[in-house]
Amino acid sequence: MIDFELSQRDRNILDQVRQQSLVCRQYARHYDENEHEFPPDVLPEAADFPELAGEMLRREEGDSGLGVLGLLVTMGEHWGDYSVRIRRPKGTALGNAALRASGTPEQREKWRSLTLAMAITEPGCGSDPSQVQTTAVLDEGSDEWVINGEKIFVTAGCRAEGVVLWATLDRSAGRAGIKSFLVEKGTPGFVVSQKEKKLGIRADDTAAYVFNDCRIPRGNLLGGKEEIPKAGSGGFKGVMKTFNMTRPLVAAIGLGMGEAALDFTREHLEDCGVDLGYGGAASGQSAAAEKFQRLEAIYEAAKLTILRAAWLADAGQPNNLESSLCKAKTGAAVREITQGCIEILGPLAISRDHLLEKWFRDVRITDIYEGTGEIQRMIIARTLFGYTRADLS
Amino acid sequence: MISFEPSEEQQVVREAMHEFAEQVLRPASREADEASALPDAVLAQLHELGLVATQLPEAFGGGGEQRSPLTNAILLDELAWGDAAFAMAALAPAAFAFAVADQGTQDQQAEWLPRFCGEKPYAAALALVEPSPLFDVNRLRTVAEPKGDDGFVLSGAKSCVPLGDRAEAFLVIARNNGARDAFILPRDAAGLSISETEKNLGLKALPTVTLELERVEVPAAARLGGSDGCDVQQLVDRARVAKAAVLTGLSRAVLDYSVPYAKDRRAFDQAIAQKQAIAFRIADMRIEIDAQRWLSWKAAADLEYGRPATKSAHHAGAYAAEKAMWIADNGVQVLGGHGFIREHPVELWYRNARTLGVLEGMLSV
Repeated sequence: MIDFELSQRDRNILDQVRQQSLVCRQYARHYDENEHEFPPDVLPEAADFPELAGEMLRREEGDSGLGVLGLLVTMGEHWGDYSVRIRRPKGTALGNAALRASGTPEQREKWRSLTLAMAITEPGCGSDPSQVQTTAVLDEGSDEWVINGEKIFVTAGCRAEGVVLWATLDRSAGRAGIKSFLVEKGTPGFVVSQKEKKLGIRADDTAAYVFNDCRIPRGNLLGGKEEIPKAGSGGFKGVMKTFNMTRPLVAAIGLGMGEAALDFTREHLEDCGVDLGYGGAASGQSAAAEKFQRLEAIYEAAKLTILRAAWLADAGQPNNLESSLCKAKTGAAVREITQGCIEILGPLAISRDHLLEKWFRDVRITDIYEGTGEIQRMIIARTLFGYTRADLS
Repeated sequence: MISFEPSEEQQVVREAMHEFAEQVLRPASREADEASALPDAVLAQLHELGLVATQLPEAFGGGGEQRSPLTNAILLDELAWGDAAFAMAALAPAAFAFAVADQGTQDQQAEWLPRFCGEKPYAAALALVEPSPLFDVNRLRTVAEPKGDDGFVLSGAKSCVPLGDRAEAFLVIARNNGARDAFILPRDAAGLSISETEKNLGLKALPTVTLELERVEVPAAARLGGSDGCDVQQLVDRARVAKAAVLTGLSRAVLDYSVPYAKDRRAFDQAIAQKQAIAFRIADMRIEIDAQRWLSWKAAADLEYGRPATKSAHHAGAYAAEKAMWIADNGVQVLGGHGFIREHPVELWYRNARTLGVLEGMLSV
């Protein structure tokens, strides 16, 4: 049965997330202005807020699926702030998603308590990971992989306790030669070389790594398959599968901040007596009201595409196209929403006394990381045309 | 619970409507547009589907099926994929019939609803739009003046009234003492003059007319809902959701036509689909079709479960109007010169998207 209304239990969970987010928001400006500091893992107010994980996992008749609820909670958390959390749970970074998607059961068990960053991008390659230059060479004598190369834009790279990185066994094999490896912090030859200074999401650390003859155990190859599959055999698709869940997730992250911007703007418009009635024609309204309603519709549309991708995953159906679709939609939506909110409110909005200018900076990454809007459109178009990478790139 | 799962019945309806759209509506679309006429054969086949009658109460000769705005949104989406003008011809009488079923008095229901349940198509329409610039449903110029206790006098003009060439009754929306009301007006009411069929940019197969109301006297019993009046905004909301569904179907028609064309058409030793400038446009069409559809489903669900729907219906209608126009516009661009030639249907969809986007109150779900 088609429906878009949450159960009372799910609404309660999201209400509690909202309460937590209001607390987190009080810290948001501080960690934006002090980029070198890390928000604490536990806020002093944590005692006032019960853990929600158990309540979320207990799904009853009429409740939404866990994937759907998880993304709504993610939106709610980021409505408060991108980085500050009442309690920062362990094991929720992108590398953990990769471990869950492609690790063997033993690997998942062994490393599940570590916070794992994900390192794909290099100084010379971003959207096209087949160009990865970092190498992994097997030393059969010591049963170790020897890693050499550089990684940049590693999210949570300073805070993480380990990293899942992409390295090639054979550059001539192209994408088929790329494998994921897990490297723990403290391994000799693995250096965190830099912490980036960014436009937004400043409290979220972004690191650069250097690997110099870094030796890791042979069992640290994620999934354990050492052979290079034949080109076109779909070996790379397994690696990319991780993104079917992380793309709706980063879309939800961005949209939570977009929602914050809309709520802030709505409040100020109402204070100024702008009528946001929805009954009439655009021509009968003030330009501010008409523009705001348009942004609100864009927000609603993006949110529904995200929930659609999550709902498909919950139902065990493929969501490759939909995860790209929601990411592309939301990446563009949050740019337009935050830019538009500033335009509506005018000079007030650019003051750092308010958070709107921060949301405007923070959301901009949504259309870039985890696959740019252009990459998502490429994936969607290939699906529509029945094309391969060779046909359209 | 958040769920995008159509019921089994909704899936059956969607498949049946798609087949009908493909076999009956699409083949008749171009000729009807060129002739600016609604073919009787198509109208008869649409009537046989029983889209309106099945959802009216059994007591008045209907099928007694539970009205479902969601199912109606799904079927409009499919019918409009075939042809938007035909989809609107099928559901325009619903704007009258559903309004009476939802908000009419017992007497009004008994008098009017059986007419929609007969063998032959029965035409009746909602008359909301007015022929003035910057038309706004909140600022109607058509006025109903109370005439003692026993009736009203209607003055003003209504345009874009669907099926107005044949409609046997109109539901005229007018300002009544600052509020809005709906009045049932038979075609032969004294003081009502009906224009020739309007000549419009698009939806040419859907005959529309202008009504001139010169002090038309109606009894108090003609006021929808009797002495309580009715909720006109609900009629507007339902029409907006229906419009969003039609625009979604129109958008899908453009996408489904553009994809094979772009793969087939070659330039500079490549299919144009292999060029990002074309491929990304078409990817954006796909993105915005999903966005339109989910917004229309959200608003339809609000109506179906009796939740406030004015805001979601506004978003669905306004968003679909903007994006369907964008999609049709880019469909023309993907086809290039062929998009401009009437041998292909894309120019027709381009005109229909612009036409439909500015209309209000012609349908219902």
